[in-house]
Amino acid sequence: MFRARHLLGIEHLSPQEILAILDLADRYVDLNRRTVKQSDALAGMTQINMFFENSTRTQASFELAGKRLGADVMNMSVAQSSVKKGETLIDTAMTLNAMHPDLLVVRHGSSGAVNLLASKVNCAVLNAGDGRHEHPTQALLDALTIRRAKGRIQRLTVAICGDIAHSRVARSNLILLGKMENRIRLIAPPTLMPAGVGDFGCELFDDMRKGLEGTDVVMMLRLQRERMDGGFIPSEREYYHRYGLDAEKLSAAKPDAIVMHPGPMNRGVEIDGELADDINRSVIQEQVEMGVAVRMACMDLLARNLRADRGAKAAEVMA
Amino acid sequence: MTLFLENARIIDPEGDTITTGNVILDAGVIAAIGAASAPKDAQVIDCGGACLAPGIIDWGVKIGEPGERHQESFRSAGLAAAAGGVTTIIARPDTSPAIDTPEVLEFVTRRAAEASPVRIRHMAALTKGRDGREMTEIGFLLDAGAIAFTDAARVCTDPKVLSRALTYARSLGALVIGHPQDPGLSKGASATSGKFASLRGLPAVHPMAERIGLDRDLGLIEMTGVRYHADQITTARSLPALERAKANGLDVTAGVSIHHLTLNEFDVGDYRTFFKLTPPLRSEDDRLAIIEAVASGLIDVIGSFHTPADEESKRLPFEDAASGAVGLQTLLPAALRLAHAGQLTLPQLFRALALNPARRLGLPQGRMAEGAPADLVLFNPDTPFVLDRFTLQSKSKNTPFDGTRMEGKVLATFVAGHQVYGA
Repeated sequence: MFRARHLLGIEHLSPQEILAILDLADRYVDLNRRTVKQSDALAGMTQINMFFENSTRTQASFELAGKRLGADVMNMSVAQSSVKKGETLIDTAMTLNAMHPDLLVVRHGSSGAVNLLASKVNCAVLNAGDGRHEHPTQALLDALTIRRAKGRIQRLTVAICGDIAHSRVARSNLILLGKMENRIRLIAPPTLMPAGVGDFGCELFDDMRKGLEGTDVVMMLRLQRERMDGGFIPSEREYYHRYGLDAEKLSAAKPDAIVMHPGPMNRGVEIDGELADDINRSVIQEQVEMGVAVRMACMDLLARNLRADRGAKAAEVMA
Repeated sequence: MTLFLENARIIDPEGDTITTGNVILDAGVIAAIGAASAPKDAQVIDCGGACLAPGIIDWGVKIGEPGERHQESFRSAGLAAAAGGVTTIIARPDTSPAIDTPEVLEFVTRRAAEASPVRIRHMAALTKGRDGREMTEIGFLLDAGAIAFTDAARVCTDPKVLSRALTYARSLGALVIGHPQDPGLSKGASATSGKFASLRGLPAVHPMAERIGLDRDLGLIEMTGVRYHADQITTARSLPALERAKANGLDVTAGVSIHHLTLNEFDVGDYRTFFKLTPPLRSEDDRLAIIEAVASGLIDVIGSFHTPADEESKRLPFEDAASGAVGLQTLLPAALRLAHAGQLTLPQLFRALALNPARRLGLPQGRMAEGAPADLVLFNPDTPFVLDRFTLQSKSKNTPFDGTRMEGKVLATFVAGHQVYGA
């Protein structure tokens, strides 16, 4: 079903592939809830996590996923290494490639950087977030969370709210939810709404209450203050007043609407702290759990393709 | 030596005609057009019905001398030009250091004359170090042979400094080239804002940044009366402002790069950095509007904006990669796409490639007329080929046309009556 060599973005996945990943991830959720959480899907394989941008949560999730699948996992904290000494991305990639890793998990601050890297190495590359472009495993774990809460990942009304302009999470989710035929609403102050997104077949709102009306799922985004060079919003308190999710604004959504956030949260900026912790509405903790399972599923599938690929090549050599 | 070019399709951009006949080149000039037979002792070249046109004057070429000779030298640029039918290169001053003193200008002029088989003329910086703070020695630079003044893609942000430089330039009759782009809006951008940039997550600039830049420049031109040329007009939004300025009698002309006429933003595809240009590629609507503006004469000049960049500077994430593409050798076949698509006739094309830049820069070239310099290109517009970038003469191979099908092959290039290239 899933034949790709790399997982670089949701853009390249078909709806069938997305469902295949989710189905396998469901099985890994069960595994992860057992006392013995071991599989040998990646036994003997080497996984390198290369994070050019620091991220504790995502890196931990990938590391755990790899270890539970039996891979040898290495973390390269490239954010403070030779890259700072002027080594180019390609050089770093070639160096790592020479060590024969099987899976490379990469996060980078520039859009398209992971695609570039993938074109230069022999192993499977998994995009753990590139600039403002894509963060495919986040979209997949969100989809899994939604499917488990709502029973389906089609024909839902989903609102994505907040700092859409700087968000790779929003892009990947937008593409995934669109492929699965959901109704998508984007809610953001106009300065944080990227140009031309209306063409992707979603509805745009700058009034949060109107945008939330009748939604099944409310996805909040982190306000990416570190990516903002000057004046996208007047102040955090005004942002919270107009775009922060609280019980009052959430009342416009369906009574059983779920609240999601990719983390880390700015409590009191984009989301009310109490609401984030409300186990009746918030599935934020569940998202973290699904994250490990989805990453296990993705790596498992990539490893299968890698083995098949190598097998085919070996057979060619023999013939 | 006298050359007799037999049986050519002669493209005359001035007369807007294509005629079949013979041309005699003698003593560096076009001695006769339509002569019936070869003069005694003349070397006869059978053109076999191929097109003969005034050599291209490519305005806005970056050459890596001084400072970046590993990317492009006068020699390699000259060879690329000759192979591309370009007989005069108008070089940019955005070198390192910038060409901003008469001494540097004299140096590059001498080097270029020694190394290049085609003519090279130099533009000088308008402000010292292209920093937008102090004007250069415009008078001395003119005396040393500067053909025009520009800070290339770096926009002077202080209107007071700029207005003084323009006023001074005006008093000497110097031509100033501007890069219409609001520097604040375009800061950090590597794509044109819209659906594609949003999908790819690239920092983007609104096309309005070009209009705002042009409007400001036009205000300063009206104020100072300087002769002005906008290097690249690439969006439909800028056209009414340009049209109005011309109608109001301002001494304004405009150019556009061949890449903006033949490619659009979607060609970037999967972050292909050879398509990263300054300004970034535009929408298809913009591209078509600009072609129409070239056809109507509102936009005067087509150039390659040849910008060599080595592999290292392009093998980076899109946002960090160098901007620009080489184009000396692909300008003609790319431009012929417009002719093959029926959007421009061949005389119209050579009006924008040769006649108009020559006129604007005060050069005697660009004309197919008796007595005009014998700078000519002989080409077959229909010969198909697939471009392999490693066959290019440029030291840098950063062309967006690698692996694409093109039509149009240069058979011979003549400068001052001498053949400098032959296929």
